[in-house]
Amino acid sequence: MLGRTKLALLIALAVGGLFLTEQPSQSSSVNAATNADEVIIQNFTFQPATLTVKAGTKVTWINRDDDPHTVTDTEKRFGSKALDTGDRFSTEFTKPGTYNYYCALHPKMTAQIIVK
Amino acid sequence: MSDESKNNQIERRSFLKCMAWAGTGVVWAMNGGVLSSFELIAGTKRKGGFSFVQISDSHIGFNKDPNHDVTKTLEEAINKINALDDQPAFLLHTGDITHLAQPEQFDTASQVLKTARSSQVYYVPGEHDVFSDDGSLYLERFGRGTQGKGWQSFDYEGVHFIGLINVLNLKQGSGTGLGGSGFGQLGQEQLAWLEKDVKGLTSSTPVVVFAHIPLWTIYPEWGWGTDDSAQALSYLKRFGSVSVLNGHIHQVMQKVEGNVRFHTAFSTAFPQPAPGTAPAPGPIKDVPADKLRSLLGLTAVSYVQNRSSLAVVDSTLG
Repeated sequence: MLGRTKLALLIALAVGGLFLTEQPSQSSSVNAATNADEVIIQNFTFQPATLTVKAGTKVTWINRDDDPHTVTDTEKRFGSKALDTGDRFSTEFTKPGTYNYYCALHPKMTAQIIVK
Repeated sequence: MSDESKNNQIERRSFLKCMAWAGTGVVWAMNGGVLSSFELIAGTKRKGGFSFVQISDSHIGFNKDPNHDVTKTLEEAINKINALDDQPAFLLHTGDITHLAQPEQFDTASQVLKTARSSQVYYVPGEHDVFSDDGSLYLERFGRGTQGKGWQSFDYEGVHFIGLINVLNLKQGSGTGLGGSGFGQLGQEQLAWLEKDVKGLTSSTPVVVFAHIPLWTIYPEWGWGTDDSAQALSYLKRFGSVSVLNGHIHQVMQKVEGNVRFHTAFSTAFPQPAPGTAPAPGPIKDVPADKLRSLLGLTAVSYVQNRSSLAVVDSTLG
């Protein structure tokens, strides 16, 4: 998939940069969160790794992997159950601060929410 | 050290050659820390000693590609064990019994394991069995006779077995300014217990350690290692024969370091990629149905008393 996207981009570049301006929106729709208050879980990563939101924002995580994952705050202030493929988890951030979290099943997976 | 890893590579190569040749499996025997391999002959009888079987990562509840019926493949593994001429004294399950630690998943696993001819099964949990409730459901079902949060030791015909737990309170990895490794960990309480547990043993006692996450660092990028395993192994240094049996990575790997032989087992549910060969360590999804069983399996270990050696045989389900 990714290779094909890259190839398409190379062809576009070779042709003369015709589609160059369209590329960023294409890539964001392929593998990253589209909404400002969403985190996508894909390929054993939280995307984006750092999400900055205003106090009072409800953040939603969506698992797009075939493996189950969790959203677990390192200080246990919030946490999801196991999210299977397609499952969502939401929580509202009322207090400003930095919230580091990880997946309890795959603790290599880490990310953070910054609340302003 | 480099000589040993070189040796190991050579042995791995001959291992693959022998696999192709014998079709079923290869016996690994350890004498004085040196690995040697020979053909597994069906029906061969041990003289004295005993054998046991390790199964791992049955992930009951998993129902996606490449295996939509992990209960069936676990049943096949048990059937294969039941058909062995040399019946094992007991089974070891090295964790990830279930996929999501659900009561009905534990029930299904227990029901299948009850069909084994050797009724004794020793368990250690994987992170999938304990992540949602710090292991309370697991302990309720499998914790009888264990110490602390579920670790245990027992002796069988002169061999000392130690079941360690390295999947509780997993610390987050090192991304976004965090300090951890994302590895498994044993913890001080368990390490103190281990030190005491082996204190009274003579150095000639063969020791078998079993735990879910490998006790040697296989691939840090995927968290395939245990933070404080070096401390655990320091208590075992004086023993002449130590075998460490792990699961978690759903593939066979081995390494010898001094008198310690490390070994990981197949899963009975689904294969995972070799370190670094995929973007993430999730299931290999695109396995053709007729190839799946060649990537799942179990490990049989036999102990021959007068030779004081352990022979480890990995065999696939098909």
